[in-house]
Amino acid sequence: MDRILPEPTPETQHFWDGCAAGELRLQRCTACSHVYFPPRPFCPACSSRAVEIFRASGRARLFSYVINHRPRPDMGDKPYAIAVVQLEEGPRMMTNITGCPQTPEALVLDMPVEVTFQSFGKISLPLFQPAGGAAQ
Amino acid sequence: MTPRSIAVVGAAETTQMGKIPDVSVIGLHADAALNALADCGLKASDIDGVATAGESPVALAQYLGITPTWADGTAVGGCSFMLHVRHAAAAINEGLCTTVLITHGESGRSRIGGGRIPQGPASLFGQFEAPFGPVGPPTLFTVPVLRYLKTYGLTEEDLAWPAVIQREWAAKNPRASYRDPITVDDVLSSPMIAWPFRKLMCCLVTDGGGALVLTSAERARDFPRPPVYILGTGESVETPMVSQMEDFTSSKAFRVSGQKAFREAGISHGDVDHLMIYDAFSHLPLYGLEDLGFCKPGEAAAFIRERNTAIGGKLPMNTNGGGLSYMHSGMYGMYALQESVRQMRGVAPAQVPGAKISVAHGVGGMFAASGTIIFTNEA
Repeated sequence: MDRILPEPTPETQHFWDGCAAGELRLQRCTACSHVYFPPRPFCPACSSRAVEIFRASGRARLFSYVINHRPRPDMGDKPYAIAVVQLEEGPRMMTNITGCPQTPEALVLDMPVEVTFQSFGKISLPLFQPAGGAAQ
Repeated sequence: MTPRSIAVVGAAETTQMGKIPDVSVIGLHADAALNALADCGLKASDIDGVATAGESPVALAQYLGITPTWADGTAVGGCSFMLHVRHAAAAINEGLCTTVLITHGESGRSRIGGGRIPQGPASLFGQFEAPFGPVGPPTLFTVPVLRYLKTYGLTEEDLAWPAVIQREWAAKNPRASYRDPITVDDVLSSPMIAWPFRKLMCCLVTDGGGALVLTSAERARDFPRPPVYILGTGESVETPMVSQMEDFTSSKAFRVSGQKAFREAGISHGDVDHLMIYDAFSHLPLYGLEDLGFCKPGEAAAFIRERNTAIGGKLPMNTNGGGLSYMHSGMYGMYALQESVRQMRGVAPAQVPGAKISVAHGVGGMFAASGTIIFTNEA
């Protein structure tokens, strides 16, 4: 079964274009400097429309997760982690952790992770792997 | 709202509960509505305000034969009915209507005639959460919990105790789906759903419904049942995506809603005799006890383990058995309200002797929304 994929909107297109280009793009308010996610054309902290897009470092830490044991055909037939990472720039995002076993022992909260992109046709999803490359 | 200005005069659940394959969603709404109308001696034509979630208030009014002058279709998940009570109280006090019917019906298990519209791939959830593999609430509502456990040095066992203690309450309720005692070991050896959550830490999936009738306190004295007054109300919403919750160890919507209700009621925590906290999963009583201010951050697990919320404890909680053992059709808030009303009427199967103030606190979505209603049986 094909992976369930996002359908970009005009307000989020730059983010998904960034993923396809291998860049994690965030937005920053030029009025109050707040960095935020998910994408929108104004600042959720101060309501200013003066915002800019920038390339994030891709560095993050594992903030929380569950390991799903319920069936979801597009995710394969083994348990997998549904994770939230905290980006170095501040925002948090849901993702999957790749390049390491999907076990409580391997997935340690606060461990450093880095972005990596997995392509599914027109869409690339931002996933994260243990920092310094895949640790098997 | 003005405390004690509005009262619940009619309250009932569906005739059957659990597995009801011969009734559709709107049929469950109607069955609960007819039971609540009978409870207060009214007919549908006496109702001039309707509120519901999971079904359109238009469909509900037409199906039952109601011509409303006020309608509320607020649908923010399982706590929508708490918000309906709050909105109805304001509407009656403002003179928009006099007698409000609030209904819930859901064929959660049998899936007859209805069902929710999933969020599409262009929604924020569809873009920024769905692609990463969630399979419904057991894999989303649970996402913040490992951070909560790490922050306070807690373990899986702390997620098991709420289920164990609520099963003790369920044993006293003939309508509860699960009534046999369970142990912490039983919970921790039940099938894995989404680490660290096991099956017995997750709510039931059943069919059922419930309805309430509200009117002004002045009129409430003329009804057959003793009035249950609304003492305080609160509501808030936070985020449609659990990943964007501000604090993974605490719900902002819970805190805002709870504080609003307690301030409006003018009571302190020690005044509360009975508590309902919507427990779709076993971590919700922990977050609820802390965010409502009954416990300090990180102390709710010990509070439950030490039997403060159990039979004979100082703060009886989820006395119907909760979503974990009593029933959970999908939007459980109505059943929390029903149990609070039963306790205030003095007719609950596991009645708390002499209870005068009850708090019903609900959650909607995955920490998306919250509503709090404080009841009293004292005029």
